[in-house]
Amino acid sequence: MKLKTLMLSVAVGALATSAAVAEDMTIVSWGGAYSASQDAAYHQPYMANNAGVNIINDESAAEAIAKLRAMKEAGNVTWDVVDAVAADALRACDEGLAIELDADTQLAPAPDGTPASEDFGDLLVSPCFIPQIVYSTTFGYRTDKVGATPPDDICDVFDLAAYPGKRALEKRPINNVEWALLCDGVAKEDVYKVLGTPEGVDQALAKLGTIKDSVVWWASGSETPQLLADGEVVIGSTYNGRLFALIEEQKQPVGMLWDAQVFDLDGWIIPTGLSPEREARALDYVKFATGTQQLADQAKYISYGPARASSAPLVGKHATLGIEMAPHMPTDPNNAKNTFLYNYEFWADNRDDIDAKFQAWLAK
Amino acid sequence: MSGLPPYASPVQRSWYYGFRIICALIFFFLIFPIIVIIPLSFNSLPFFTFTKEMLAFDPAGYSLKNYEDFFTNSDWNNAVYNSFRIAPVATLLATGFGTLAAIGLSQSHVPFRGTIMAILISPMIVPLIISAAGMYFFYSRIGLQGTYWGVVLSHAALGTPFVIITVTATLVSFDKSLTRAAANLGADPVRTFFKVQMPLIMPGVVSGALFAFITSFDEVVVVLFVGSSGQKTLPWQMFTGLREQISPTILSVATLMVAFSIVLLTTLELLRRRSERLRGLSPG
Amino acid sequence: MTDIAASETGTTSEVLTTRDGVPLKRSLARALRREKMRALMLIAPLLLFILLAFVAPIADMLFRSVENNIVQNTLPNTVVALRDWNPNSGEIPGEPVFEALAGDLKIAVSQKTHTRLGSRLNYEQPGIASMFRKSGRKVKNLEEPPYREQFIEIHEGWGTVENWATIKQFSSKYTDGYFLSAIDRERTEQGIAEKPEKEQIYLFLFGRTFFLSVTITISCILLGYPIAFLLANLPLRSSNLLMIMVLLPFWTSLLVRTSAWKVLLQQQGVINDFLVWTGLVTDAGRLVMINNQTGTIIAMTHILLPFMILPLYSVMKTISPTYVRAAKSLGANDWTAFWKVYFPNTIPGIGAGSILCFILSIGFYITPELVGGTSGIFISNRIAYHISSSLNWGLGAALGVILLAIVMLFYWMYDKIVGIDNVKLG
Repeated sequence: MKLKTLMLSVAVGALATSAAVAEDMTIVSWGGAYSASQDAAYHQPYMANNAGVNIINDESAAEAIAKLRAMKEAGNVTWDVVDAVAADALRACDEGLAIELDADTQLAPAPDGTPASEDFGDLLVSPCFIPQIVYSTTFGYRTDKVGATPPDDICDVFDLAAYPGKRALEKRPINNVEWALLCDGVAKEDVYKVLGTPEGVDQALAKLGTIKDSVVWWASGSETPQLLADGEVVIGSTYNGRLFALIEEQKQPVGMLWDAQVFDLDGWIIPTGLSPEREARALDYVKFATGTQQLADQAKYISYGPARASSAPLVGKHATLGIEMAPHMPTDPNNAKNTFLYNYEFWADNRDDIDAKFQAWLAK
Repeated sequence: MSGLPPYASPVQRSWYYGFRIICALIFFFLIFPIIVIIPLSFNSLPFFTFTKEMLAFDPAGYSLKNYEDFFTNSDWNNAVYNSFRIAPVATLLATGFGTLAAIGLSQSHVPFRGTIMAILISPMIVPLIISAAGMYFFYSRIGLQGTYWGVVLSHAALGTPFVIITVTATLVSFDKSLTRAAANLGADPVRTFFKVQMPLIMPGVVSGALFAFITSFDEVVVVLFVGSSGQKTLPWQMFTGLREQISPTILSVATLMVAFSIVLLTTLELLRRRSERLRGLSPG
Repeated sequence: MTDIAASETGTTSEVLTTRDGVPLKRSLARALRREKMRALMLIAPLLLFILLAFVAPIADMLFRSVENNIVQNTLPNTVVALRDWNPNSGEIPGEPVFEALAGDLKIAVSQKTHTRLGSRLNYEQPGIASMFRKSGRKVKNLEEPPYREQFIEIHEGWGTVENWATIKQFSSKYTDGYFLSAIDRERTEQGIAEKPEKEQIYLFLFGRTFFLSVTITISCILLGYPIAFLLANLPLRSSNLLMIMVLLPFWTSLLVRTSAWKVLLQQQGVINDFLVWTGLVTDAGRLVMINNQTGTIIAMTHILLPFMILPLYSVMKTISPTYVRAAKSLGANDWTAFWKVYFPNTIPGIGAGSILCFILSIGFYITPELVGGTSGIFISNRIAYHISSSLNWGLGAALGVILLAIVMLFYWMYDKIVGIDNVKLG
């Protein structure tokens, strides 16, 4: 063991590269249109105000928690701010990978003085997590392939007779099992209670089994738009922002099914193990980027709802298309008639278990 | 096989041609997927199949747009830059260590030769996902995960078996009396090595280096785990591109990489001929 | 040199000496030792490098698959207190355990390690993560002892035998839990038992990996044999030319070939377009050849085919044509001459190629990930999932160790049959 440690320290001494240059700040996000919207709404204004800071974009958000864990073990955290979905943030918090912060003292209040904790409200699902946007996972369908009556009910996804053709669903249990139960006669408020039992999971999988042969499973949010555009599927789930781009920017014959859309959150976490200066700078950035105006600005570039209540009235027109963004927000009253809330606690507890069952079901 | 005798029966005759047709089909299977992407990469529309214009050889159906995107897109440029920053260094390490070890292994008395050989060849045999997982765990313990050197070292480790195999192969047929002759004529071991042994094993070393280079240049699993976005290589970018959004730019990258492998293959073939000529195995 | 010495010492009885008077035997032994040292010195740098950069990581993975000191480190006193408790008693532990827990948890919360422990134990018993998370938040508000009721008040999970049994069961420094999970087993009160059928996946995936690898290997034999035969029996000039058609795919990037297959096989892809154009299939009836086992088998056969052709070719090249001619002149027909004389001679080549293809195939990750969909994925894909998504590194490591053991078994066989020294490239 001693020898091993010795060899390791030699190896580290010889090879480990020194930490990033003091003024660089590495921000991890999802890439593509989403990073572009953050760049325009947050990074550029922040760098304009803070001449000494240079923001570096890293597009590793998909494997952020695994990499954060590896960095923490290595004692060499090279990321300053990380964009994560709420479930991942919860996990990072559980693992001690993200710092906890106090919304009221460390985040900006609303312009009218409402403290941040009230402005964000229920969306502060974890003390490590600073919400940025509300997005939803919902369905898009080919308007030219669904006949005269387009689907308007989530259960139409399960109706192969009325809407024949392939469906695209995400290759994980989350969202799919909830929808399956909703369409199998379970009341909305009982869904997680039922899912908490082994029989409930079986019931959900059985319902999904009725369409299993017609499903193309996706792993990345950009697959469904591609599959819809190519006509490989008739209806498919993905993030609402992707569908917005497909419909409004690429002008594809696709419509949105807003029924039982599942709300989810995306936001920032700050890794533990940063030097005090870097941590202070990361906090400063996050405070700026989650301000009321900045959150509203992001909605100009991508159709996700700002996480602050005070940002909603400030949402304007799309930066290049010039269309009003408000009706395309998942939070718009017309779209949010029937929404479904993602239960973070439940999934944090049961994800591994249900996932094992789901994967076993999928593989057979 | 060489030619059909005039007295062949109809069965033999049909079998002879049948066999050749089967072989032609298999060759088609081998080569078609690689050839087909070349014209497709010039498609002017963002599709992965031949459009009517392309089939009619209408110039409007073809464009260099995918290539333009490849050369101007910063993601792809960075990926190329990273690949060329990592592969040569990994190759150098693998070739240096590997050649020395191969010379050592080809001595007539090496204790534990079998075990040592098994260990040194293992990076080629162990499934990449396991190497990747192990390196990910271990390199994060010692602070190499997500660093340039972490990727270089892992790629060097993966490349060494190829160097050992190719150099050992040239040493096996190496005539030991040549070194003895040199020693007899008064050359010291170092001089003998550089003046006699080195030129003869050089083709093996270079082809080993080419293998090591292509290993690193093509490798995606280990870099996916050991690297971070600062080490995003060309294969990594292709993998992301294929999994996320299959943009037609990938076809232009693929075409360029096929061209690149043709260059490598030619180099290797020339080396092989040179090696054979040096050792007097073939007249060419 | 040493051979001469051996024969000479064998034939003469008097001691031979070198010119400076040292007995020849000793001088030779010294020279031999020096030669050995020199050889080892040449090998040492690489050996050290491989041991550090490659073998150590694998050993580390081995270690991770059994390492489990998190429970002991986070709840040291509770673990000690739990020693006297018997999970089979059907009752939850007594007050001393809860007292120890209160102390341990307070320290754990201040170091923020309790949630990490929760997520570790959650792999074994769903729900424990939130139990620790909630308790961590409220542990500072604990009043004076007794603690037992207060804990159950905070989270009812502390009142269930199962949760305590899990904590006790995983309180040792090392665990076989990950390996049990990796073969769809779990430890119950009755000992090791199968997991419920609906949760069994790994043995199935190992089985499928094995089955698909065998299928791919057989396809490689079927397609590789004729090609190798043709190449070995054509005149050198034409066989060299055709060899390029084998070597070009071999040298082409794996990702290039995988993307090519993606382009060819998809429903709106080249092959389907061609079939629709010829009228063999209707536009609505386009074949599904990707994102399933078919896709994996086709693409991987293409990728591994050169690894079958090259060893087969090198074996066939050494078979003298006189054998077959002799058989024919003795009256054998073409088929008998091939089957009874030629084919048996090629079996070493088939063996070498098959093991090589099989070893390479069983560990494939990239191609199944890209063209395998859900039914064409391998165990490697699951290992990657546990490392980068589910974060269950212990389970990922255990699966990796099992896969490694299987590969090593075949590597050993390959070494016995072919010899590692005889691996040839290109």
